Amino acid sequence: MFVAVEMVDTVRIPPWNFQRQFNEAIAEELNKKLANKVVYQVGLCICLYDITKLEDSYIFPGDGASHTKVHFRYVVFHPFLDEILVGKIKYCSQEGVHVSLGFFDDIVIPPESLQQPAKFDEAEQVWVWEYETDEGAHDLYMDQGEDIRFRVTDEVFQDTSPTGPSAAATDTSAAPGAEGGQKKEAPYTLLGTISEPGLGLLSWWNS
Amino acid sequence: MLSNYEVYQLLTDLKEQRKDSGKNKHSAGQQNLNTIMYETLKYLSKTPCSRQNPETVKNFLTTMVPHKLTKAEKLQLLNHRPETAVEIQLMVEESEERLSEEQIEELIQKVTDVLPGDPEQEGSTPSNEAEMEEGIDQ
Repeated sequence: MFVAVEMVDTVRIPPWNFQRQFNEAIAEELNKKLANKVVYQVGLCICLYDITKLEDSYIFPGDGASHTKVHFRYVVFHPFLDEILVGKIKYCSQEGVHVSLGFFDDIVIPPESLQQPAKFDEAEQVWVWEYETDEGAHDLYMDQGEDIRFRVTDEVFQDTSPTGPSAAATDTSAAPGAEGGQKKEAPYTLLGTISEPGLGLLSWWNS
Repeated sequence: MLSNYEVYQLLTDLKEQRKDSGKNKHSAGQQNLNTIMYETLKYLSKTPCSRQNPETVKNFLTTMVPHKLTKAEKLQLLNHRPETAVEIQLMVEESEERLSEEQIEELIQKVTDVLPGDPEQEGSTPSNEAEMEEGIDQ
């Protein structure tokens, strides 16, 4: 689920922090910059693992702060393909079942990856697995808040960097007429599947 | 790759450190770190890794040696502590070809013995588990 990713960055320490322990000041700046943020093509950054190398610090004209190139490792949430994870069902929609891990919310299990046959109950806004046995069909509901075990099948990174001024101008002229607000794209989305024995709600498999 | 236990340990230590030096964790910049630490600790404390320690992890890896599992498979077994054959089949690739039924049972037995379980769920007495661990170490 988690990986230690090696990164290099230049950290700026403002003069009012010069009295602090250097390593602590560096660690705080790195956490301020990266914690709870998604780095494109890397994953969701959790916290600093360790600092491997500190290069020389420089002060540039016009800026009293010190700049230091730091080599460090950061704990990143980045499950590998086919990994099994357990989360909670946040809600169901036509797009599928939305699962959350608490610290990471953008996990979707699309309708084709549910245990088949499955149908969407419009009244209760919930997906249902129509489980057939010899005695008859059982309807197994995928309710909100239930623990669910799934396998990671795909990940999608979206670059949400701000677009330049020319693109922004065309967006603002087209968008307000169409919808009230622009929908925010999630920078990192996981796609999962539960169409295997053992996957799905934990209560389905604990006899 | 990091195991859930390593991340859990790191975050708990970091939380202790920040509690001691208490003055600036509420500044605007620190809010992200606070949020992600709180949520991740909340998630991990409900998984088997919260009951692990360095010796159990080391014992676990030693007992796994004869089964020739890949790093990813051992990591998943360590993080999830599967108790049924169905879970083992999910985490071990091509388990029907690589492991016989007895081997799967043996694997479940080793996993549940070496890795501490949820005390609320299990009714087994602690003395039994201690005897089993000594047997495996020999």
